[in-house]
Amino acid sequence: MSAAVSAFNELRLDGVGRRFGGVDALTDLDLTIRAGEFIALLGPSGCGKSTALNCIAGLLPLTAGSIWQDEKRIDTVAPEKRGFGMVFQNYALFPHMSVRRNIAFGLQMQRLSRPEVSRRTDEAIRLVQLEEHVGKLPGQLSGGQQQRVAIARAVVLEPALVLMDEPLSNLDAKLRLEMRTEIRRLHQSLGLTTVYVTHDQEEALSLADRLVVLRSGRVQQIGTPEELHARPENWHVADFMGYRNLLTLTATEVSGGRVAVEGAGMQLVGTACGDGVREGQVIVALRPDDVEIVDATPSGNAIRARVELVEYQGKERAVEARTGAGQVIHVRTPRRVAPGDDVTLTIDPSRVLVYPSTDDVGELAVPTLDRVAS
Amino acid sequence: MTSGGVATGRLAVRHRLAERGIDRQLWLLLPALAFIGVLFLYPFLYGLGLSFQPAEGGFLASYQAFFTDPYQVGTVWNTLRLALPAALINVLAAVPIAHRMRGRFRGKRVLTTLLVVPITLGTVLTAQGLLNYLGPTGWFNRILLSTGLVDDPVRLTNNYWGVLFSLVITGFPFAFLLILAYLSGIDPTLERAAATLGADWRQRFRRITLPLLAPGLATTFCLTFVLAFSVFPSAILVGNPAGETRVISIAAYQAAYERFDFSLASAIAMVMAAVELGVIALVLLWRSTLYKGSTGGKG
Repeated sequence: MSAAVSAFNELRLDGVGRRFGGVDALTDLDLTIRAGEFIALLGPSGCGKSTALNCIAGLLPLTAGSIWQDEKRIDTVAPEKRGFGMVFQNYALFPHMSVRRNIAFGLQMQRLSRPEVSRRTDEAIRLVQLEEHVGKLPGQLSGGQQQRVAIARAVVLEPALVLMDEPLSNLDAKLRLEMRTEIRRLHQSLGLTTVYVTHDQEEALSLADRLVVLRSGRVQQIGTPEELHARPENWHVADFMGYRNLLTLTATEVSGGRVAVEGAGMQLVGTACGDGVREGQVIVALRPDDVEIVDATPSGNAIRARVELVEYQGKERAVEARTGAGQVIHVRTPRRVAPGDDVTLTIDPSRVLVYPSTDDVGELAVPTLDRVAS
Repeated sequence: MTSGGVATGRLAVRHRLAERGIDRQLWLLLPALAFIGVLFLYPFLYGLGLSFQPAEGGFLASYQAFFTDPYQVGTVWNTLRLALPAALINVLAAVPIAHRMRGRFRGKRVLTTLLVVPITLGTVLTAQGLLNYLGPTGWFNRILLSTGLVDDPVRLTNNYWGVLFSLVITGFPFAFLLILAYLSGIDPTLERAAATLGADWRQRFRRITLPLLAPGLATTFCLTFVLAFSVFPSAILVGNPAGETRVISIAAYQAAYERFDFSLASAIAMVMAAVELGVIALVLLWRSTLYKGSTGGKG
């Protein structure tokens, strides 16, 4: 299969918004998708990511903004005329058609010649390795096979843009990993441009060239996986990117990028993220992988805690430790520790991310902490 | 040893029964079976027997009397001529309306209620309404006359059209409710998927919705056909019961209660059942060629 016929240079979303009966599901989404990119829309359920996808597909009319394919405005174009492929969360395979007819459907709609339809359908079936199942109805296939049909049906048209709405969420863990690799492989080998919606940060980080993190219908951050992984823009993004320790502490001294924070029986030196960090209440985000268990008392940040829970996770252990003041700290460590052990934790000041405790919406937001009084 | 053997034997029987789905819950079917037996099966078989016991002649004399009298045989045609178009119109009219009324929107409940109200009216009230509205001096004709579109009132009651209108009005709510249920059983993302694959609304309906809905349409057609086929009051009230709307139920009624020939009446009822079953069998035969599996929706 060759690269998309009606390929574009860039697809531009300009202030795209969608309201449902007075409630904003998506507000002011600005995003430029370049040809060949893999974009992941990431966020918790109800954050507007599926709404955004449906708006791009044309299945939902916009209530604000516009969408441009190069110089052509497309948000008023009907979905069947946009030429975008879509893979649905429940696959949406036509239950009364065989695998073959499902995949050929789009080609038939384009009124291509019979041999052409047949040739390209065969090619797509080979691509997703479903040769043995062409005559079966979708109901006779396993989840992974249905997923393959859905992908083949979308890419057989060589669409300018492929939209995927949580395509892996109905699969079991093993199959999910396999299909994830498959999707990335197809994206690269076919030279597709893909917009992928997911609530799984690991999936998004491993697949995408760029991520768009959404929360309550608003963009929180757009960046490469590395940028989001290392420097989340606010504590919501940090929360979503696997910074499991979100501590509400007090900043005592802010000088340049350095911030001294204390509270919950800890005194730490961290790095200010954003311009809004002032003395007073702040939120400190620590990634469990960045926290280390050490033998000797370190010269820098030190936290004393007692191990409460240990989960074996193969190479590493996920440890839940509690400080003297009752603050729970999540740690990932290769060390062998057992519940009841007293440990000293340390973390590099550059990995102690300090965020203002108010977010951009303006409300005073305090993360829900698992600091249960013991 | 022996008692143990008996116990395992009893257990084995229970397991074998369980394998075939036979357990004590089956007793719950008893009231329904009794009901069917007493109120349907017995009267039906009694009527069947009666139809073969004419007052004079051989045991087929009642059927002979019916089939050799063109006036009587004609009632079969009269009834089919009303019931088939009425069922077809009901199904065809219900599809687009039900299709439009899938999903949630403001005022859906009010609209559904309005569409279903004719069920509650009953045939007599519908007939009266039709006579008042479509009759020679009804509003409809008065408007036509006063605007000069016609010189003489259009005859729409006390003939074929009156009965057909009545059948459509009373049968539509059933067709609508059934088709709405079938349609909401079809996953709406299927049509969306078809749209992203380049199908316009006509292709989406013809290639996706219609094939998935067709078995439901067949069932709906059968049910509304049966309702229309047993038409009796409206054939008399808004029809021409001596002529073109002398339907088969009128023939049966006259045989039973005007000529007191219960055997002939029973024979006519049996012919009626046979014709109905014939039409239903044809429709179901067609239905059996269709895809009837999951339609992906909540239904």
